[in-house]
This record gives sequence, C-alpha cells and structure tokens, in this order.
Amino acid sequence: MLLIPCPWCGPRPESEFRYGGQAHVVRPPDPSAVDDAAWGAYLYLRDNPKGRHAERWRHLHGCGRFFNCVRDTVSDRIVASYKPGEAPPS
Amino acid sequence: MGEAARFSFLSLLRHGLGKAWDRQWRDAQPKAAYDVVIVGAGGHGLATAYYLAKEHGIRDVAVLDKGWLGGGNTGRNTTIIRSNYLQPESAALYEHALKLWEGLAQELNYNVMYSPRGVLMLAHTRHDVQVFKRHVHANRLHGIDNEWLTSAQAKAFCPPLDVSQGVRYPVLGAALQRRGGVARHDAVAWGYARAASAMGVDIIQNCAVTGIARDAVGAVTGVETTRGPIAARRVGVATAGHTSVVMAMAGVRMPLESFPLQALVSEPVKPVMPCVVMSNTVHAYISQSDKGELVIGAGTDAYTSYSQAGGLHISRETLEAVCELFPSFRRLRMLRNWGGIVDTTPDRSPIVGLTPVPGLFVNCGWGTGGFKATPGSGHVFAATIARGEPHSIAAPFSLDRFVTGRLIDEAAAAAVAH
Ligand SMILES: Cc1cc2nc3c(=O)[nH]c(=O)nc-3n(C[C@H](O)[C@H](O)[C@H](O)COP(=O)(O)OP(=O)(O)OC[C@H]3O[C@@H](n4cnc5c(N)ncnc54)[C@H](O)[C@@H]3O)c2cc1C
Ligand SMILES: [Zn+2]
Repeated sequence: MLLIPCPWCGPRPESEFRYGGQAHVVRPPDPSAVDDAAWGAYLYLRDNPKGRHAERWRHLHGCGRFFNCVRDTVSDRIVASYKPGEAPPS
Repeated sequence: MGEAARFSFLSLLRHGLGKAWDRQWRDAQPKAAYDVVIVGAGGHGLATAYYLAKEHGIRDVAVLDKGWLGGGNTGRNTTIIRSNYLQPESAALYEHALKLWEGLAQELNYNVMYSPRGVLMLAHTRHDVQVFKRHVHANRLHGIDNEWLTSAQAKAFCPPLDVSQGVRYPVLGAALQRRGGVARHDAVAWGYARAASAMGVDIIQNCAVTGIARDAVGAVTGVETTRGPIAARRVGVATAGHTSVVMAMAGVRMPLESFPLQALVSEPVKPVMPCVVMSNTVHAYISQSDKGELVIGAGTDAYTSYSQAGGLHISRETLEAVCELFPSFRRLRMLRNWGGIVDTTPDRSPIVGLTPVPGLFVNCGWGTGGFKATPGSGHVFAATIARGEPHSIAAPFSLDRFVTGRLIDEAAAAAVAH
C-alpha cells in the first residue's frame, strides 16, 4: 500500500486514491485533423518506463481532486507530487 | 522422438540410488551471429525457438535471458489453462494452444503434467450470468466446449464450494470448460528448453539485451547484450512485462502497461480441490497442486510497476474472498507470496507479429493470462518469424490494430483473464 502525498491533504493511504495512468498525455485539439496513427498513439501508446514515471492520481475518498505524481516504478517510491497545470519537477 | 524415455521408473530408481542426473540442456556461450535471436527465455520464447527448429528447420537460433530460464512469469503463474474466450479470433488462438497442450508431453518427451481437471468460472452477479452465458453460446458455435452449470451443479462438481445464497458473493451459477485445467509451469519451460537445445538452439542465461542494432534503412542487424554484441537479421521479442523497455531500444512505443500480479500458495494438505475455480469478480483463482498446496491467484495493483511484489492489501482481498467461497480453507496458512510483472494491452488481447522495424518481431501483451497460450503462441510466432508474415491465427493480433481500431475486446466483466 503506497503512502501518497496529495498536494492539498498531505500523505494518505493508497486506498483513498484512484490511479489515472500516465500524466501529460495531451488530446489532439482537433481530432479530425490528425491521422489514424496519431489518434491511435494518443489513445493507446504509453511510455510504461522502468524508472521515473509521471502519473495521474485522484484523491477520490478525500478532497476529490486530480493531481500528478512522479514515482520510480522499480522501487515504487514517490519522488514528488504536484498540482494539475504545473510542470513535473526535473 | 526416437530417443528412449529418459525419465522412466528404472531411471528414477537408478538416480535414487545415487547416480547424478545429467544436464537437460547445454549451457551455451553466445556466438557472434545467429539466424534468429529470441529475447526472453520464458515459455513463449523457448516454445518459439523449439518450433523454429522443429517445423521450419531454422536451428541457428539463440534464446537470450537477462536472468534464468523460466524465471519470469512462466515460473510465477497459477497455470490455469482454458480456451473459452469470447471473440472468434481469441477462441481460435487459445484453442490452437489447448490442442497442442493435449499432446505436449509426447511431443517433448517430457512430462508437463497437463491435467484437464475442468475450469469452473463463477458467476456472482446478474451481469456475470449474462456475460458467461454469452461466452458459453459463442464458444459452442465455434465448437469449443463450455457449459453452463446451476449453482447446485457447480457444488456437485466442486464440493468444497459454498453456494449458499446469503453471502456477499453468492454463486449464481458457473461456466465449466471440462478440457481446461493446469500444467506444471517449470516443466513446460524445461521441456521446451531441452527439446530446443537438442536440436541446436543456444539458450543463453544471464544475458540481458541492452540495445537493438539497426542499419541505415532501419532494419535490425542484431542486439547489444551484457555479454557483447550478437548479430542477427531477425529478432523476436518475448519479454512479457519488460516489452515496453526492450521495444524502446528500437524506438517503438507500445500500447502496453506493466502491472504487478500476485499469487500465493498455502501449506500442503490432502486432496480437497478437484478442479480449478476462477472468480473474476472477486479476483480469486484457486486450484491444488500435486504437492497439496492450494495455488491462489490474486489481482493486479492499481498502478504500473516493475517491482515484482505487489501490495499486501491486494492479496488480502483475494484471501478474504477465498475464505468466503471455501469456508473450510479458513484455517490454512499461506506459505509463500510473490509477484510477476504482466504486460496488459487496452483490449486485453495479446500482440503477436511484425513491427514497424524490419526484422523485428514481437510477442507480448499476454497480461494476466498467457501461460495457457504458451504452445500455441510459440507455434504461431515461429511461423511468423520464419515466413516474415503473420501466421493466419496470429494475423488479427497485429500491433497495427491499435492504428486501424480493429481491437479484440476480451476485457469481459472484470478486465482480467487468467
Ligand atoms: C501471479 C501470476 C499469475 C498468473 N496466472 C496465470 C494463469 O493462471 N494462467 C495463464 O494462462 N496465465 C497466467 N499468468 C500470465 C502468464 O504467466 C504469462 O502471460 C506468461 O507466462 C508469459 O510468458 P512469457 O514467456 O511471455 O514471459 P516470461 O515467462 O515472463 O518470460 C519473459 C522473459 O524475458 C526476460 N527478459 C526481460 N527483459 C529482458 C532483456 N532486456 N534481455 C533479456 N531477457 C529479458 C525475463 O527475464 C523473462 O525470463 C499469470 C501471471 C502471474 C504473474
Ligand atoms: Zn486530497
């Protein structure tokens, strides 16, 4: 069970959260302007890295808000959490 | 196979009296070049090498693994085998594998302990009932055995199951595939390894692939490894949970996410479970090994990870469900608990075939349920590599279905399919 730092509520147990997958996946602003490969990439392709991963979480059983975390997918250590709209820490 | 049975009553007796067993396969050192390099010595990679040598006469093959043979999901899974998938493409693929399971011990001259003891899939909700009945009808139209049991019939087939209706997850009925069952996972890896090695395939352990080399037009020329470069014009990737990482070495992004999936075994007891029971709704998968241990599969973690562990709350939830379904198991202690990294696709179907990189082939996305496919997967992947075009059974499982949109949706009720 992860201890996840919500940027608003502080560290809370994983069971209060819902995972939202890779962060910063941008929907093409005009879907009909992109070809099938670009649309398929948006829908289905993911980095799935072994190591540093920026990902979305939602504090469902808490403040209800979405935010992002940077987590190491080997150790599962959360390196940082930050609010939507903010850039991932380097 | 012309050779005399190496494992007979007599040989057991001889070795019991002190004679050491011989190595079952050569501990090969990497050569500078091969016709084909397979990355990943799990069941799928080893089976691929075996069928390349056996059916296509391609014996100049190396199978590379970063760890030891069968140490990935092949040696970590709960070994459930069945073919009653919903979509015609999947039913064809898994049924192809099931037919190969039926003759595999003879084919390899190695006892893989395939035991068709029946797989019972429990329905706990009205939605489950509808979905499973739809599976039963679809399967029967494809000539694949699958039948609907009432809860009383399920109880008769699996006596330790509690089918009383007042519980949290009442058993409303079940789908039964009688030809489904289990096999011994290690023996599958060892049997393919031994048979492939005997035909000249080099199995090279402790050899991690760290790069994929390509020429000016982008075609594969070989792999970089922790034991030096190895040239090959055809490379087949069969690395399960690590496929995104390996394919990134050739610049290919994959429609995959890797999740930890857990299993547990109990202390051994006398025979109590006559069959395999699966409950997708509560994420409990249970059978009994020949050693007497209850083998229990749990769910995946919510988040992607490469830590082969998984959260404790995941296995606790499964054990709670198992205790409710099988009240007589409540006092059993668990002996071991482990995790494997499974590679899941958006439609919960595998990817077998060509890639945008000439000479690079991929076999992945089996997620939580690829052990059952091992012989069929190796068989169609070998044909795909040998001919440079997809085997007809593999063709629908192409990587480019995530561009064309022709997905093969096997997510069913719980998005899990062991
Ligand atoms: C807990 C659990 C329970 C499961 N239960 C079932 C079940 O009941 N029924 C079922 O059908 N399926 C089940 N599965 C799924 C099944 O185990 C897998 O789909 C299947 O075994 C995959 O086989 P494979 O040969 O493709 O992969 P693996 O056996 O994982 O082999 C991949 C190999 O690639 C190697 N590798 C990775 N990266 C590199 C690299 N860079 N260089 C060299 N080698 C590399 C790894 O070391 C590994 O040995 C379960 C999985 C788990 C984890
Ligand atoms: Zn919060």
